[in-house]
Amino acid sequence: MVQGSVLQKNTNLMIRKKRFDQDKIVRFFLYAIALCMIIATIYPLWFVIIASFSNPADVVSGQVWLWPKQINIDGYKELFKQSEIWKSYANTILYTAVGTIVGLAVNLPAGYALSRKDLFGRKWINVFYLIPMFVSGGLIPTYFVVRKFGLYNTFWVMIIPFAVSTYNIIVARTFFKENLPDSLWEAAQIDGCGTIRFFLQFVIPLSKAVIAVIALWTAVGIWNQWFNALIYIENENLIPLQLLLRRILITNQSLLGAATGSMAQELRQLSDMMRYASIVISTLPIMCMYPFLQKYFNQGVMLGAVKE
Amino acid sequence: MSYIIQYLAFQSYHFGIISTKCEKKRPDNIIYANVENSYLNNDKHLSELCYKEWINWIIFNPSYETGSEDVVMDLDVKKSRIAELKKSAPLYVLLLPSALLLLCFSYLPLGGIVMAFQDFAPSKGIVGSPWVGFKHFVQFFKSYQFKVTLINTLKLSGYGIVAGFPLPILLAIMCNQMRNGKFKKVFQVITYLPHFISTMVMCGLILIFLSPGTGLFANIFRILGGTGDFPNLMAMPSAFGHIYVWSDIWQHLGWDSIIYLAALAGIDPSYYEAATMDGASTLQKIRYIDLPLIMPTAMILLIMRVGNILGIGFEKVYLLQNVSNIMSSEIISTYVYKIGLQSMQYSLSTAIGLFNTVVNVSILLLVNFISKKLTDSSLF
Repeated sequence: MVQGSVLQKNTNLMIRKKRFDQDKIVRFFLYAIALCMIIATIYPLWFVIIASFSNPADVVSGQVWLWPKQINIDGYKELFKQSEIWKSYANTILYTAVGTIVGLAVNLPAGYALSRKDLFGRKWINVFYLIPMFVSGGLIPTYFVVRKFGLYNTFWVMIIPFAVSTYNIIVARTFFKENLPDSLWEAAQIDGCGTIRFFLQFVIPLSKAVIAVIALWTAVGIWNQWFNALIYIENENLIPLQLLLRRILITNQSLLGAATGSMAQELRQLSDMMRYASIVISTLPIMCMYPFLQKYFNQGVMLGAVKE
Repeated sequence: MSYIIQYLAFQSYHFGIISTKCEKKRPDNIIYANVENSYLNNDKHLSELCYKEWINWIIFNPSYETGSEDVVMDLDVKKSRIAELKKSAPLYVLLLPSALLLLCFSYLPLGGIVMAFQDFAPSKGIVGSPWVGFKHFVQFFKSYQFKVTLINTLKLSGYGIVAGFPLPILLAIMCNQMRNGKFKKVFQVITYLPHFISTMVMCGLILIFLSPGTGLFANIFRILGGTGDFPNLMAMPSAFGHIYVWSDIWQHLGWDSIIYLAALAGIDPSYYEAATMDGASTLQKIRYIDLPLIMPTAMILLIMRVGNILGIGFEKVYLLQNVSNIMSSEIISTYVYKIGLQSMQYSLSTAIGLFNTVVNVSILLLVNFISKKLTDSSLF
């Protein structure tokens, strides 16, 4: 019997050992795959950066791999010579700043009101806010409504019509529900504080995290937005950066004009450089900000995921 | 002295009738609180005043004195509706801006859907345009484009779900197995990064990298010893689906996994401890603990995705399509855009859009229903 239990113990140990080895192998593969993924994700982005600083002939012939070759900033120089770039960059910054403020001013109060249990008719109001998430009038009716309101080809068309984001409202609502104790409002009420004053003086200072999340998402969304500009904006002075990028990157319209013969070859290389450079200057602001703000972005995903 | 006795009597009276339903905030409770306060502050005069006020209140509100819940409730219902409405007024003020914007730019266009049943002309407006019934729907269903766009949409979308749905789950499980440390943090930051690239830049990157003569992929192809020319993938209709789906996965894989990571973080660690005691291997823990416990989250996300099967992103497809790959890249939403805003056939475009929405909502409801029956998780 004693022998039996020893045997049992040995087999158990062997099984454990086998498991341990297996786990080691699994873990090895896991880190190997993760490393491959890191490289596959970061390399294309890195390549764009080094290509934008390299000699275009080397980029084209596949000489540039890890570091820039024969540092060359003609692409940036040429890009910054174009007045359109400056104008559209300024437009995008303006759209992003104003749009973020409007988005916060519209979505935060709604989120707070919907988080309050004593909101009369709360159920129906919730339905009212949720319906647009699933059905919409579609492109053409929206287009005509926007025109009817006189927003076509104005600055505000990039900001007003699409300022409400049901998703952001849900994020805000969830945050308020979870983080503002009912007793706070009750106490304020007894001291004679009204709802709106309470919202401005207590809710907003206590909700910096969710304000950061919504502000960041709205800002990134507006920064990357181009379709509304394509439909609603004709005025060259109002177009955002992303729409200008479309000309540079997609439809391949050269900002440099046409040329023939040996000039053509050089111009094509230069416009290639400008493409890399334009990607860098349009994406860098967000990419640089992101690692520092990552915590807020992630928090937002969790808040939005809560189902109700 | 007399007022102390009065107070005691009054207190017993109070507990007799009020404490039975003290759950509800009643005005007499508040008035009574004044009595008590002034008594405690040794203010005889005020205390008596408040007491009188309280008695008066009881007399003029007989329903409360009876102590009968039913009577109180009956009287309450009508009053409280108006009272609650009044109380909620400031909240309505907070809702006003967003509600107005939704009414103008979401609900008003929803009404504009009637254009689909008219021969709409902007000069005549919705009121003046003639009604034509289902003419535009029939026209679309009979057209050559109907089959092509529908099949392309379903193909791209279906491929996207089949390839793009399980991968974030795998990534989250993988990430969950890593030890908390610098490597894990760097891994997460980097895999989330491409999510913030704009669609425009993403499409620009695809075009640059896939360029047959000079692109990154062509160069890699040559280094790996490929002979001949690198194919022009953007001009091949058969490659469009792969390009679209895999570039999307590259861009959003990390980001989509966050939600599963959150679900995994919520699993009780004692499950893993128990499994370790029983000698379970890592793979077994994943198979028997992780997967079953993130299933509900996965189902909800799957419902949302399948429900949006005809609504895949217009932007990326539109930017990537060209004359050579149009056969497999023309989807319903790009067609709606071209018909509506480029050829100005407003009613036809609206009809196609409406068809799209109706199919979407029906599929959403259907998948939701099936999931409710099979797995008990559903959106609503």
